[in-house]
Amino acid sequence: MIEIRNVSKGFRRGDHVVEALRDFNLTIGKHEVIAIIGPSGCGKSTLLNMIAGLYMPSKGRVIYKGAAVTDVNTDVGYMTQKDNLLPWRNVRDNIAFPLELAGVDKAEREARADAVVKQVGLDGFETRFPTELSGGMRKRACLARMMLYGAETALLDEPFAALDAQLKLVMHELLLRLAADSGQTVVFVTHDLMEAVTLADRVIVCTRRPAMIALEQEIPLPRPRDVLNVRFTNEFKELYDALWERLRVEYQEERV
Amino acid sequence: MTASNDQPEIVAAEMSARTGNLVMVLCQTALGIAILFTWQGVSGRLVDNFFISNPIEVGRRLLGWTLDGSIFIHLWATVYATMLGFFIGSVIGAVLGIWLGISSFASRLLNPYLNALNALPKVALAPLFVLWFGLGIESKVALAASLVLFLVFLNTFAGVRQVDQDLIDGARLMRATRLQVVTKVIVPSALSWLFAGLRVSVPYALIGAVLGEMIASNRGLGYLVQYSGAQFDTAGVFAVLIVIALLAMALNFIVDIVQNRMEGWRIVSR
Ligand SMILES: Nc1ncnc2c1ncn2[C@@H]1O[C@H](COP(=O)(O)OP(=O)(O)O)[C@@H](O)[C@H]1O
Ligand SMILES: [Mg+2]
Repeated sequence: MIEIRNVSKGFRRGDHVVEALRDFNLTIGKHEVIAIIGPSGCGKSTLLNMIAGLYMPSKGRVIYKGAAVTDVNTDVGYMTQKDNLLPWRNVRDNIAFPLELAGVDKAEREARADAVVKQVGLDGFETRFPTELSGGMRKRACLARMMLYGAETALLDEPFAALDAQLKLVMHELLLRLAADSGQTVVFVTHDLMEAVTLADRVIVCTRRPAMIALEQEIPLPRPRDVLNVRFTNEFKELYDALWERLRVEYQEERV
Repeated sequence: MTASNDQPEIVAAEMSARTGNLVMVLCQTALGIAILFTWQGVSGRLVDNFFISNPIEVGRRLLGWTLDGSIFIHLWATVYATMLGFFIGSVIGAVLGIWLGISSFASRLLNPYLNALNALPKVALAPLFVLWFGLGIESKVALAASLVLFLVFLNTFAGVRQVDQDLIDGARLMRATRLQVVTKVIVPSALSWLFAGLRVSVPYALIGAVLGEMIASNRGLGYLVQYSGAQFDTAGVFAVLIVIALLAMALNFIVDIVQNRMEGWRIVSR
């Protein structure tokens, strides 16, 4: 589905080049849920931007469904790290934006927007403007908008970082249910190993900048997963501890 | 004000702020009256009446013009030229600003010419406008429009250039067409800049209209001030100046109201 082949990416900054990714190789299958973990500034967002076709690789290729990505990839829904709601639109109109672009009539798109607003727990805030929301609420609005866009692949960049533990669980549950229902492929970036193991089929750990794959771990926990309780099972604990151990070693080696 | 459960200090502070405002208005009125009396007193005694006229004569002139209705013909001519010039100038300025803001090729191509035109004092274009559009209202409209056009253009252009690229990328990822990106992201985002441009250019529309009338006309406040001056009618000049000042204040007042409305409707955010 998504193939990242020998991708390197550098950014010119003044007279030197900041290398964000080096010889990155990753193949993501259809319906897979992939978690990407790595130190901040290592190039995770850059990787998602390349899958979305917003950045072009300096070397190598990003292949999406057999074709090289050379322009914005409209088959993906992308929830960026920084929320990108339109400040002059209220929550409802922001969430309904993709439907408006597609020419869905007003009554229908508002009804559909209000339905997802409820799912992300923003009901009562439909007519608020982004500046009136907390960071976590803006993230949820972005998530709702992405759900409504209904792309076949979802890219999420630290989607739940600003949420409290309770709400995180609700969002995890929602994300898994939606991905399963619509058969979405999901790639998300997180700093939370618990979150990664709970949601993903495969966890990718990146090195410091320039990002390379430090290790890959399959998470063969059965689906559908109960996001609330899966963390208390033995399999989960084993996977989590093993990953944690390898992460620790990885970062220790790096420090030397 | 229902202040029953407010904290007493806050209420007291608010009340003293109100009395402060009232006192200030009284002081301002007193100052105005003092200036009028000084003007009346000085005129004809310390300074020749020919140079500064006096408030009574100015008032009499204003009253006379109002009673015979002649001032309204001139006032309307100026208001009409101001509004039409403002409208035409802002439409062209906004369209140009959006177009050049989007098309980096066009903006780079036209950049030196626009700079030169912008640096040119627009008043110097007046003779050209008279040649092209005649002595009628059209040449005044053109002068007002040329002043407004550049202000609105520069603001709109800056606004379009400031649009957050992330918002554009987001829309493109959601399958927005080029046109949709312009109408649903770029224009709304630049709107607060456009309005800032409109706001600052209102007084310039008036300046353009009045200047145009002063240069060649037989109607309008600019013509009237010019004519009174040529007749050595100082009271007439002062009377017209007062009318122009009132008109300018009225225009600013309208702009403030419109701005508040826009902010209320979130057309202009931030
Ligand atoms: N558009 C850009 N221009 C220049 N440098 C960039 C750009 N985007 C990212 N970088 C640099 O690339 C590196 C990786 O950034 P990023 O992918 O955002 O890291 P993270 O893993 O925290 O998401 C950082 O050093 C960042 O400064
Ligand atoms: Mg990032």
